[in-house]
Amino acid sequence: MRIGIVCPYSWDVPGGVQFHIRDLAEYFIRLGHEVSVLAPADDDTPLPPYVVSAGRAVPVPYNGSVARLNFGFLSAARVRRWLHDGAFDVVHIHEPTSPSLGLLTCWAASGPIVATFHTSNPRSRAMIAAYSILQAALEKISARIAVSEYARRTLVEHLGGDAVVIPNGVDVDFFADAEPRPEWQGGTIGFVGRIDEPRKGLPVLMRALPKIFAERPDARLLVAGRGDEKEAVENLPKELHARVEFLGMISDEDKARFLRSVDLYVAPNTGGESFGIILVEAMSAGAPVLASDLDAFAQVLDQGAAGDLFANEDADALAEAAVRLLGDPERRAGLRERGSAHVRRFDWSTVGADILSVYETVTAGAAAVAAEDDRGSPGLRARLGLARD
Amino acid sequence: MTATLIWTLVVLVAIGLYLSWTAGRLDRLHARIDAARAALDAQLLRRASVAQELATSKVLDPAASIVLYEAAHAARQAEEEQREVAESELSQALRAVFADAGQLDVVRAAPGGDAAAHELNEAVRRVPMARRFHNDAVGAVRRLRQHRKVRWFRLAGHAPFPMAFEMDDEPPPALADRAA
Repeated sequence: MRIGIVCPYSWDVPGGVQFHIRDLAEYFIRLGHEVSVLAPADDDTPLPPYVVSAGRAVPVPYNGSVARLNFGFLSAARVRRWLHDGAFDVVHIHEPTSPSLGLLTCWAASGPIVATFHTSNPRSRAMIAAYSILQAALEKISARIAVSEYARRTLVEHLGGDAVVIPNGVDVDFFADAEPRPEWQGGTIGFVGRIDEPRKGLPVLMRALPKIFAERPDARLLVAGRGDEKEAVENLPKELHARVEFLGMISDEDKARFLRSVDLYVAPNTGGESFGIILVEAMSAGAPVLASDLDAFAQVLDQGAAGDLFANEDADALAEAAVRLLGDPERRAGLRERGSAHVRRFDWSTVGADILSVYETVTAGAAAVAAEDDRGSPGLRARLGLARD
Repeated sequence: MTATLIWTLVVLVAIGLYLSWTAGRLDRLHARIDAARAALDAQLLRRASVAQELATSKVLDPAASIVLYEAAHAARQAEEEQREVAESELSQALRAVFADAGQLDVVRAAPGGDAAAHELNEAVRRVPMARRFHNDAVGAVRRLRQHRKVRWFRLAGHAPFPMAFEMDDEPPPALADRAA
């Protein structure tokens, strides 16, 4: 099958959606499909052979933060050329509602289009204003995929219609087979994520720390992720600083070893999560997980069966749950076991097969994808009696 | 005077273009429903075929075979108006036959059973998918067709008002273990 995938965010910037697309593309290539990924990238960034650059993304303020987006005449032309050259059986657009490549592709393509909705942002004002334009473009999507039941609900509320739920994929064995590092073992609590991004919840964990350290004198906190370390420990009593270790940004291999090593993985995120891939990675590595009870997290953790949940933003509840888990090796072993069994459904072998089923369902009996110009703008000329064929 | 005339013409042309564009949108949506319906038909037929094959393979016990055969046969032969009921009954029959996860292991153990179990698994997973995509397209058309401009100018032409395909497509739990 010839598959075209559209990535809305810069290929050179690491992010969840980009990693998802990279893994998905490589999974399909291993199965022998032809895959081309269209992504924004600087012209001088080295790209894997299956990625086609759509030009540089332009930073513009959008939806409360600065987003790097592709739009305008040049990008549209590149999208068109990519569609034309690719002659794809199916095009898979990620995040079609962001005003970037996804929307442009929707606009320019005709034929089987699959779209994955990653975020579950509340409806923005721009989206309400542009609703009818957006609707006309989104109507072309033959199959919608939401990454969680929560993302599906928001999608149905905001845009109408329906979607199938296929979770994000993780290479489970990559994490399960990683070698633990002894210096990260022994009463360690792990946290992965941007330090200076409050939604990742490090401040909640910091507020809970004094209580946890008082109850568990051998406990340590390991933090992996970039951001200002001094600011992060500002409100922590001086004598506890030594028990918090910052590892900075770590590689994928180190992340797997990190998650293999820690005795407890804490995800205190306070919101803005539609899936929680890090929880799946932690469970794959066999780390017992303690997470805030966000909708998306509760679903990934099987409503608390595969990992413990605490009331969101409640530092006391977090401390209590962490102390209980650190003092109960049996409970942690149980979580480890159930977590490892539970994550199998997130493995690429399952997720990739499901996505391929979606492709096969929408391509059955449908013509291949084309740039609309190839067919001549069908309606207008035909209806005015100017069509030649 | 001429200016008014020109402006009127410009407005009329603009309205015409907009209506034409909307008609094009509708046309494309109807084509999408047709494709989705064809895909749904194909998946339903595939599911009924696999069920019928299993029923006649002598792998299942005679009672289960008869129940499954009956439901699969009825689903394949159903008239258009009876289709939703017949397909729902096939879903129920499949759930009843594979209520016990052991039954699936029996199928897998038979020669060629692994492939049959795999096909059945694919079929019961793809039916809900295809149905969701179909009903999603139907919903989009219905929303657009209820709009004033479409009704007043009869932009939908003679296309019948699309109906969603409603059925019970819950797969047997033993086969649905990977749905998150």
